[in-house]
Amino acid sequence: MADRHPLFMPLILVGGLIFGFGLGFSHMARPEVVLNFLLFEDFGLIFVMFGGAIVTGLTFFLAPRLFGRAPLTGDAFERRLKSFDRNVLIGGAIFGVGWGLSGICPGAAYASLGVGNVTILWALAGMFIGAYAQGYWRS
Amino acid sequence: MVTDPVALQLAADLFPNGISRYAVGGLFVGLGVTVIYLGTGISAGASTFLESTLSYVSEKSRFQQYVSSRDWRLVFTAGIILGAAAFAATFQSGLVTSSLYQPGTTGQLYEVGGVTLWTTDVQPWRLLVGGIFVGVGTRIGKGCTSGHGVCGVGSASKTSIVGVLTFLAVAIVTAQIVAALGVSP
Repeated sequence: MADRHPLFMPLILVGGLIFGFGLGFSHMARPEVVLNFLLFEDFGLIFVMFGGAIVTGLTFFLAPRLFGRAPLTGDAFERRLKSFDRNVLIGGAIFGVGWGLSGICPGAAYASLGVGNVTILWALAGMFIGAYAQGYWRS
Repeated sequence: MVTDPVALQLAADLFPNGISRYAVGGLFVGLGVTVIYLGTGISAGASTFLESTLSYVSEKSRFQQYVSSRDWRLVFTAGIILGAAAFAATFQSGLVTSSLYQPGTTGQLYEVGGVTLWTTDVQPWRLLVGGIFVGVGTRIGKGCTSGHGVCGVGSASKTSIVGVLTFLAVAIVTAQIVAALGVSP
């Protein structure tokens, strides 16, 4: 945490700005649009995740081949690989119930606040309650 | 160009709002992840913020493990909120227009100081209860739509692909059941 590169935080902020702008532009920050997707009324949302995954896929493939280490941290470029176990299925299913009921996921909820959706504070409160509950049980 | 009327009708049925706003938005989401990754090597997901921020107020070990990243995760989330606000001040307000941006008809628009803001019609109980499930599930399941969906799928991670298929399938079933029970919006 100490001795971070002076550009570390500014870069995180810029990345967040672009990420949040994209969630607003795509309307994924609107629960109605997510629910319309899940109800097969508008399949456009597929392109948000695929569009994002194609860009990150190219990045994760090319960065380790073109550049040695990340300039601001000195860390190696690694793919996001997490171990598979039952929790991926259990947690995924619980998340799916929540996403299908509310139409909102964490990143989109933060962005939703940014487009003016004050009502989304209900979902954010719920997410913190849920995250706290599982952390309490599992600590 | 697709000119076959049957194909055009099918496209209009599947994509009543076109695909450009979704695809462009998705590219921006991927670009945001890319900027952070190229500079730092970090694959940024959105849901860890929930636990890392709880480490400020709880000594539980599940939250304390994220102490070293909790400050930049706050900045990342602030960036997401501000980036979405920049969208609201430009495209949502009609200040900037593009053939790639299709405004929607969902929810309610309202004005504050010349900026067009938007709020949902989805009922608060759905957001609160759904949010609790999202908070529990994303943390037990090791990721959310951005962590598994964008970063993990982009990494061709089998764990993430299985995670995405799981939450997507369950979300579809859940949304269909809720709608069939007459709950709307």
